[in-house]
Amino acid sequence: MSALTESSAPVRPRRRLHRLERAAMRGVIVREVVNYSSFWRSSTFSSTVDPTIYLLAFGFGFGSLVSRVAGYRYIDFVGTGIVATTVLFSGAFPAMYGTFVKYSFQHTYDAILAAPVDTEELVTGEALWVALRTGVYGCVPMLVAVVFGLAPSWGMLLVPFIAGLAGFGWATFGIFIAAKSQKIESFSYWQSGLLTPMFLVAGTFFPLTRLPEWAQVLGNFNPLFHCVQLVRHVVFARETVADLGHLAFLLGFALVAWRMAIRFMERKLIL
Amino acid sequence: MVAAEERAIRLRGVVKRFGGLTAVAGLDLDVPYGTCVGLLGPNGAGKSTTIKSLTAQVIADEGEISILGYRLPEDSKQARAEMGVVPQLDNLDTALTVEQNLLVFSHLYRVPKARRTAAIDRALGIANLRERRTSKVDELSGGMRRRLLIARALLHEPRLLLLDEPTVGLDPQVRQELWALIDRLRSEGVSILMSTHYIEEAERLCDTVTIMSHGRAVASGPPQALIHEHAGVEALEVYGPPSRLLEVEEQARTRGWRTRRTGTSVTVLHSNGAVELDGERRGTNLEDVFVLLTGEQIE
Repeated sequence: MSALTESSAPVRPRRRLHRLERAAMRGVIVREVVNYSSFWRSSTFSSTVDPTIYLLAFGFGFGSLVSRVAGYRYIDFVGTGIVATTVLFSGAFPAMYGTFVKYSFQHTYDAILAAPVDTEELVTGEALWVALRTGVYGCVPMLVAVVFGLAPSWGMLLVPFIAGLAGFGWATFGIFIAAKSQKIESFSYWQSGLLTPMFLVAGTFFPLTRLPEWAQVLGNFNPLFHCVQLVRHVVFARETVADLGHLAFLLGFALVAWRMAIRFMERKLIL
Repeated sequence: MVAAEERAIRLRGVVKRFGGLTAVAGLDLDVPYGTCVGLLGPNGAGKSTTIKSLTAQVIADEGEISILGYRLPEDSKQARAEMGVVPQLDNLDTALTVEQNLLVFSHLYRVPKARRTAAIDRALGIANLRERRTSKVDELSGGMRRRLLIARALLHEPRLLLLDEPTVGLDPQVRQELWALIDRLRSEGVSILMSTHYIEEAERLCDTVTIMSHGRAVASGPPQALIHEHAGVEALEVYGPPSRLLEVEEQARTRGWRTRRTGTSVTVLHSNGAVELDGERRGTNLEDVFVLLTGEQIE
């Protein structure tokens, strides 16, 4: 080695790098945050205005027909259930489209993976950032519902955490969908075939108990349903042991979706 | 092992298959510390796959890869922490400013907080982009974007730089400007591996060149040595109608000289001043070697 080389090489300790390092995930999140500063308006608009429109449409439209649903005033029922819808809109969709665009059009992942960041850290960092956003966005339509008569409660303080946890699950599920899709057109199958039915059969706008039995059974496998139940119960302090089950389901969903997202992204990114 | 330690990059018998296609077929490659090595080859020779294997974005099926003394793929992350990569495809964040792009990568490359501002400023200086600090990437010319990609790869003062087709698609003036930048980095002691299919680029910048064809290294050495070994000292360009060119090729074959078609002419190599052919004499170059070794036909 020439003297020149030695003098120009910065002295670094030869440390062993590990899996899921905070420094790597922080770098991924910083990239997201800095980019977000250039499109936060449109992102916030679509993530919060859509569910708010659903809230108002169902609240005024359906609410004028029924006064109480499943033991709740309708504004209370839909004003809490809407959190899950917001989580889906601000979690799964940005993750699906964001991942696909960064992979196929911007080649962002090539640049990130050339730095000391592994796929696992890339997926986790991006999903954590989406989860943070869903935690905040998830509360917005609920706060709008407060203006229309939903009574504020201490339990609402737990809602951002529930929305964040569910959001992490949906974000990683969205990344998984993007990793499985060769073309952006394939998203239509996932959206119409899976996400839209889930969004409707979640107990957000009407209780599952009114549906045929098979739909009720399927509803129990819907993470949105568990999110709706958990939010409703903490807001109205009606927690039961069953809520531990709802929480466990959301944790399980997040864990499984997270590992699937990593696995399929690795297949896509590492040849 | 001393041999591996002396090299910034060392590949032995690297094989990579994609289904039925063998992209890299037993490649040996060395980049000694402080040198610039060119990976030269036609499209499809396996250059990009090779470059990707150095960041573990392609995992080799067979063979050994070591970078800066780290074995891949196990210790790839350590190796990536100490090297910079300039990709062939522009993957800058276009909605961000020049400075924001560098800020993001100063985090990804783990530049300590106290040194971040200085590192960004230094990289901007090297790439001559200080005045463009606050411009959005969208507003930059192609050459500036390429310089920003280089700046981004230098934020953490890497000891090794990988350049994948660094000047593809750029104007000649811009290309020369980038050559000056790359040459300066090499003179400062950065080890460089550069893939290119511009022969002039390799001839000007590289200490040694490895010519790849069908996933293998078909020749390796300093450009001048390769030229002398494979193409001789002098080339003879013979112009004429197609029938004349065929005649010249036949004549050369009987004398044991190698020829290559250059569109409108036949180049006779190794004729060493033979006078019976009427043509234009010129010095041999790396292009002669390239075409001789990688074949005349475009596949």
